[in-house]
Amino acid sequence: MRMETPLGRVRGLGSARSGAHHWWLERLTSVSTLVLFVWFIVSLVRLPGLSYGTVTEWLAAPLTAVPMALLVVSTFWHLKLGLIVCLEDYVHEDGAKLFWVTVINFLAILGAALALFSIFKIAFTGSAA
Amino acid sequence: MHRNPSRPMSPHLTIWKWGPHMAVSILHRITGVGLATLGAAALVWWLAAAASGSDAYETFVGWATWEWSLIIWVGLTWAFFQHLLSGLRHFVLDLGAGYELKTNKFWATMTMVGSVLLTAGTWAYIVFGRMAA
Repeated sequence: MRMETPLGRVRGLGSARSGAHHWWLERLTSVSTLVLFVWFIVSLVRLPGLSYGTVTEWLAAPLTAVPMALLVVSTFWHLKLGLIVCLEDYVHEDGAKLFWVTVINFLAILGAALALFSIFKIAFTGSAA
Repeated sequence: MHRNPSRPMSPHLTIWKWGPHMAVSILHRITGVGLATLGAAALVWWLAAAASGSDAYETFVGWATWEWSLIIWVGLTWAFFQHLLSGLRHFVLDLGAGYELKTNKFWATMTMVGSVLLTAGTWAYIVFGRMAA
């Protein structure tokens, strides 16, 4: 058994160069999510209605489908990082933390995959009802 | 992390005088978690329903236009604007600005005032826009 504190073990090794990565991605995705959501909300409000035909026709257009796909990636990435920050502040037991980090990652990827598939299905198969 | 319960903890939430900066901090988290769960679920449901066909879409619209779900839509609108404005405030704080007591208190309060005004404005536009059409 090494009689050494965790700090003593890493002191002098320099930074791992990844400490700010999570923080930086949270900021980066917040900017992209903000821009894309302003576009999304303005577009929705400007649509003549939100009926099935109107919405699928709108989603099928390339200039809708691509920003929508980017919105989904940006939003789910951002929410995954944010939920994990909250979790890490309130759940201190290692096992529970690992469990919930896994759940958040899986659910975020599941949600993003469902949303992306739906957008691409509408875009590629047209809006025929 | 394992805390030794025999050692004292540093002063925590309960001993501080409550201020707008604390309210905004916790609101940023609450609205973020709300948007990340309810908001994300609604977005995925809407897209999946639109991709599944008109029957699935009508089921979604049925739930979305149920009168009590208006609480969720207005709540999500407010959460969106609150998280947006307190997020913008975080950018300013990240730059190292806005920490002077009066400035900090003013902008913390303004994110809350702004989110309520923007929510009211958005729904006024939706309601009166529909009436005008």
